[in-house]
Amino acid sequence: MNPRTTEKIAFSVLFLATLLVVIPVIIILLIIVAKGAGAINLSFLLTMPRDGMTSGGILPAILGTLYLVFGAILFAVPLGVMAAIYLVEYATDTRLSRLVKLAIVNLAGVPSVVYGLFGLGVFVTFLGFGASILSGSLTLGIMILPVIITSSREALESVPRTFRVVSLSLGASRWQTIRYSVLPHALPGILTGTILGLGRAAGETAPILFTVAAFYLPRLPHSIFDQTMALPYHLYVISTQVPGIAENVRYGTALVLLVLVLLLNLAAILFRSRFRRKKKW
Amino acid sequence: MRLTPRALKEWAIEKAILLSGVFSILFVVLIFLFLLREGLALFRSVGVFDFLFGKNWYPISTPPQFGILPLILGSLIVTLGAAMISVPIGIAAALFIAEIAPRRLKEILKAGIELLAAIPSVVIGFIGMITLGPWIKAAFRIPTGLTALTGSITLAFMAMPTIVSIAEDAITAVPRQYREAAIAMGATRWQTTWRIVARAARPGMLAAVMLGIGRVIGETMAVMMVTGNAALIPKGFLQPVRTLTATIAAEMGETVQGGAHYAALFAIGIVLFIITFLINGVADLYLHRSRQRS
Repeated sequence: MNPRTTEKIAFSVLFLATLLVVIPVIIILLIIVAKGAGAINLSFLLTMPRDGMTSGGILPAILGTLYLVFGAILFAVPLGVMAAIYLVEYATDTRLSRLVKLAIVNLAGVPSVVYGLFGLGVFVTFLGFGASILSGSLTLGIMILPVIITSSREALESVPRTFRVVSLSLGASRWQTIRYSVLPHALPGILTGTILGLGRAAGETAPILFTVAAFYLPRLPHSIFDQTMALPYHLYVISTQVPGIAENVRYGTALVLLVLVLLLNLAAILFRSRFRRKKKW
Repeated sequence: MRLTPRALKEWAIEKAILLSGVFSILFVVLIFLFLLREGLALFRSVGVFDFLFGKNWYPISTPPQFGILPLILGSLIVTLGAAMISVPIGIAAALFIAEIAPRRLKEILKAGIELLAAIPSVVIGFIGMITLGPWIKAAFRIPTGLTALTGSITLAFMAMPTIVSIAEDAITAVPRQYREAAIAMGATRWQTTWRIVARAARPGMLAAVMLGIGRVIGETMAVMMVTGNAALIPKGFLQPVRTLTATIAAEMGETVQGGAHYAALFAIGIVLFIITFLINGVADLYLHRSRQRS
């Protein structure tokens, strides 16, 4: 066959494959928006569920997810950023730093349900926090740690070496250099990672199954030792465990979760591309 | 150097930073240790061989039987199906995005794939259950649409973002000179892409496939919602199956803490942890190799 013809055919096949990846995304989004939008109104978002979740709103699930995500970030961001600082600014390529990197790769690969088991074993049982917002947040926090570390590392590595050299040559100490010459420039990248971590934590179900999520709890949590409902678990429950839930309530819940997660991710994508364009060095 | 308060503060900060770095190792070790701590109790009553190769998973019958072979095979068949769909499509899409798409389109496609990666698995499971399930039921005239095939298709989409983005990175990392040399020799762009670039990016693509498979094996919610959850040895793609992950997620709520069933679910966790640990370790090795080459 003529190489030009082969090329045309091959490129069309590759293009079709790409469409196969992208079009289902669009279809999923369209279905959920079309069928869920009708269920969304203020009372759906701002009231308690009633009658075994068949009517009323999803407020405790929304708030529960926000609490969990906030708790996870509170734990994971300081730890993750410091770990990234260690890897970029302090570690030489020793066996230890290679081990740390391998550990991060593996943390990223641990199945989410195994994080759930870990949270159950450590926080709920061993440390005695019970099924609580605290246990759930810590479990989610450890799960998103690799996301935070990886993007913080990239952010720190993108700061030019010269910034450090100049600061050190002016007599600043190592930590002063990091604090005043490196971190401020890495901040947008770190924030991007944080937002991505938020999105991941908000959507995960398996890690919170046994550590915090309440099946049906139509009140707001009182403290961090209280159980709570959460959006992803709520969607799972009303679509598989409880018969007779109106379809638009399910789609509505899916839409709220999707909008929350996608907005966070979109924010991160936009933030990152603006930050990349603004960089002058 | 005199020990001023500032020097002391810096010393403390640097130690805290070092400690945070080591925390990642600590967490991996802790996860494994706690799985062992809760899971090993099972092997006082059940042999390792009977656990891994036992054909019956009847955790709540008397006496209970804890053979996870049906679950392992369930995970395997769903993963195999998902890989057969997502690997060719994912690699093709990565080649298109990296080598062929014009810059603007490339940015849009990459954002689209990032969005796909961001959709929570429970949402994908929900859509798979409510749209794909009935469709498969009607297409094959089978009693239920929640089958291994449904799981494979659903999971294929969840593996796609991982495969595409990592393979795309590997392809982009192939040095420009390779392409220029091939074009200069009179090769068409397709010949260059397929015979030179794709071949040079092979270790990275392999890593991409492995990480995608790792994601599929570990995926829980979507697979639990669309595969029908029958803990039987699967005989084909058109039957309900039960995976390792779904078993843990579905049954943990009913167990008594410290009981044999509870321990058995943690023991499944150990199996999952070891599988994903190996897959990720090897994938990382390949990624390193591909980075060193370029």
